[in-house]
Amino acid sequence: MSTQRTAPRWAIWLPLALFLGFVALVMIGLYRPADRVVTSALVGKPMPHFNLPPALPGRPGLDSRVLANGKPHLVNIFASWCIPCRVEAPQLAALAKAGVPIEGISVRDTPENLDTFLEQNGDPFQRIGADDDGKVQLALGSSGVPETYVVDGKGMIVYQHIGEIRPEHVAMLIEKLQEAQE
Amino acid sequence: MIAELGLAALWLAAALAGLQLVAGSLGLTARGASLAAAVRPVAVMQGALGLLSFACLVYVFSVTDLSVKLIALNSHSMKPLVFKVAGSWGNHEGSMLLWVTVMGLAGGFMALVEKRLPERTMLATLAGQAFVSLGFYAFLLFASNPFERLSPAPAEGNGLNPLLQDLGLAFHPPTLYLGYVGLSIAFSFAIGAMVTREVGPAFAKAMRPWVLGAWIFLTIGITAGSYWAYYELGWGGWWFWDPVENASLMPWLAATALLHSAGVLAARNALRAWTVMLGVVAFSMSMIGTFLVRSGILTSVHAFAVDPQRGTFILVLLAIYIGGALTLFGLRASTVTEGERFAPISREGALVFNNVMLSAILGIVLFGTLYPLVAEAMGAKVSVGPPYFNPMGALFTVPMLVVLAVGPLLRWRRDSFSRVGRRLVLPGMLVLAGAMALLLMGGIALLPFLGLALSVGLAVATLLPLQNRNLRRTPLAVWGMVIAHFGVAVSLFGMSSESAFSVEKLVAARPGDVTQVGPWAVKLDAVEPVAGPNWTALEARLLVRYGDDGKVMRLQPQSRSFWAPPQQTSESALLTRWNGQLYAVLGGEAPGAKAAGLGRADSRWQLRLWWKPFAPLIWIGGLLIALGGLLALIGRVAADLRRIVAKDKIVYRRERQGR
Repeated sequence: MSTQRTAPRWAIWLPLALFLGFVALVMIGLYRPADRVVTSALVGKPMPHFNLPPALPGRPGLDSRVLANGKPHLVNIFASWCIPCRVEAPQLAALAKAGVPIEGISVRDTPENLDTFLEQNGDPFQRIGADDDGKVQLALGSSGVPETYVVDGKGMIVYQHIGEIRPEHVAMLIEKLQEAQE
Repeated sequence: MIAELGLAALWLAAALAGLQLVAGSLGLTARGASLAAAVRPVAVMQGALGLLSFACLVYVFSVTDLSVKLIALNSHSMKPLVFKVAGSWGNHEGSMLLWVTVMGLAGGFMALVEKRLPERTMLATLAGQAFVSLGFYAFLLFASNPFERLSPAPAEGNGLNPLLQDLGLAFHPPTLYLGYVGLSIAFSFAIGAMVTREVGPAFAKAMRPWVLGAWIFLTIGITAGSYWAYYELGWGGWWFWDPVENASLMPWLAATALLHSAGVLAARNALRAWTVMLGVVAFSMSMIGTFLVRSGILTSVHAFAVDPQRGTFILVLLAIYIGGALTLFGLRASTVTEGERFAPISREGALVFNNVMLSAILGIVLFGTLYPLVAEAMGAKVSVGPPYFNPMGALFTVPMLVVLAVGPLLRWRRDSFSRVGRRLVLPGMLVLAGAMALLLMGGIALLPFLGLALSVGLAVATLLPLQNRNLRRTPLAVWGMVIAHFGVAVSLFGMSSESAFSVEKLVAARPGDVTQVGPWAVKLDAVEPVAGPNWTALEARLLVRYGDDGKVMRLQPQSRSFWAPPQQTSESALLTRWNGQLYAVLGGEAPGAKAAGLGRADSRWQLRLWWKPFAPLIWIGGLLIALGGLLALIGRVAADLRRIVAKDKIVYRRERQGR
């Protein structure tokens, strides 16, 4: 009746093995970002199909088919719990003011939080789809929030912007949108 | 000039750490024994120089010497003094300097006071401590020098993130750091004990006050951080499972496990290898957590610039320290595994169960934190949030809480449930009654339901160890245990009540409008501009009343605009009653009012109101846990002191008799 026996030899080395696994994992993570940011697998491919329910009552949800209506769109993935999303709000507002149609995908959010977020930071979105389980975010190859896609009139992804849109990015995005127009 | 003095002190401290390592290691050999006497004074001096260096940094921050790069980047001459001072550790370089300073001070203090262990073990311990410090000195001096000059000096600094301009946050990181770094002492003790093969009750007793101290600071730090997130971010939530929070939770979990297993080792000389390993793991978790947060690896896709060089540097340090310690553990564990034996149903058995559960929760948190990295390495991309952490954590927390109720009643070595069963009837009935009442109420999610049902019975059960005891003669350590365990129940009740019964209201109100939130009537009286030292704000004056006949009280939430750097924050206003907290946030002016051409007097304001029943118990519970730790620490240290005094007296008497 003893709960303590001499541990098997492999168990003694288990923590070290786990730690080495951690180091290997982190090494991969440390050295990969350089090439991860540059290219995105989805650029040049059509937007995956999805039909998201409305994130807010009384507002339209987001069906990927509306993106192929002949006009270039911005698709912004965001969440009320994401601080960089607050940072990019003025830039999105400026883009919306310039006449760019912006569609939102809100990730893992609640209507109440989203409502507050939009009230505090402005609401540049034409439609907001609720991606409650993050499946569409995953299908879009987005690894976090915020991310913004430039989609041309045929529903092809032209550009993927990772991270928040800073003031210096606005002109570049407008340029991408104009390219998409042509 | 002061900056150079700080840098010089830092270099000297690093050199002394090198000396401490060499002298400590050579002191273990026969030929180098004469060096052993140098180790303790060197450790004290190293701590003093680290402190001097940090004082220099605080000074240059307080006078806003903009020719120092760090200050130009992170401070501003217009900031209130207390935030200038706090700014010295509110950035990467400064916080690393604080880290090594605390580490040096802890090492110096240990060298001064710890006399119980065999001198060889102490030499190995201090050498280990110096070895760890040395890496961090190198990191500071070569990869993140806080005293680097900038030429020409800019006219004004960049400012500090306004979210950080808050007293709670100013003192939150140093508290956590004291905790993280206190665990480095446990780590060094574990190394020292493994090197000299002195794993036993004496080692556990020497290590325990350090673990307790570190654990108290971690508990306070986590509690304060959670409360800060709650009132400063203005989202009404208090725990978000983000990597930074997890980084502080993981060492806490490991330290909690270590605390309990060190108790077994000290009292019963069992769990020897396990305790040593936890000693290594606890500080490893501090370092890994700091690394994950600092290297930016987990948030690397987004703006927080990854600095692969800096990240690699810390990773190499981690690999050397943790890898080295675990290798040493692998080599030495076979010689220390054999300890005293015990039956499964015994105090030791309950503590082993607690350790396994805590380790499992630790594993879950670590896995959840790292999973995005794992997925990324395999090509997929995911984020992990509360839907994973809450149920998975509860899976192990709930059984652990049940054992928490029973364990302290069990005897060491061997016991039976039939002996303690009768004492647990009352708590058991309370749990059942609570569950029934909640079922009748209905509409409560599973986790809050479990939490609420368990917490009341648990609160009573945690007080049982005091039953049939003379309260005035009960040792402080027992009081500490009871209060800490009671704090767990209190906190659990607060968390469950907050998530089960919170009422939330979002309104666009005109001045004069009254809104009902739970039992509160909230009237928006006026919205007026106010100004602070480096911000301006819109402040709402709310007149609130509890129930129909309560007294009218005032609440003044603000929406602040900082100008250096420009940023908006919302300052929530809280009103605490014994049975909960009213939480108010002022948003902006409601859209539509301007478009409709309405004047300012008639405009509508976004108000977000919460009534959170018993929410403050979350943090009160956290503080009770820390208080329990503090009592236990005082009790242990006092007992040690008494023993030392008694020993001295014996020696003195013997000397007199011998004469």
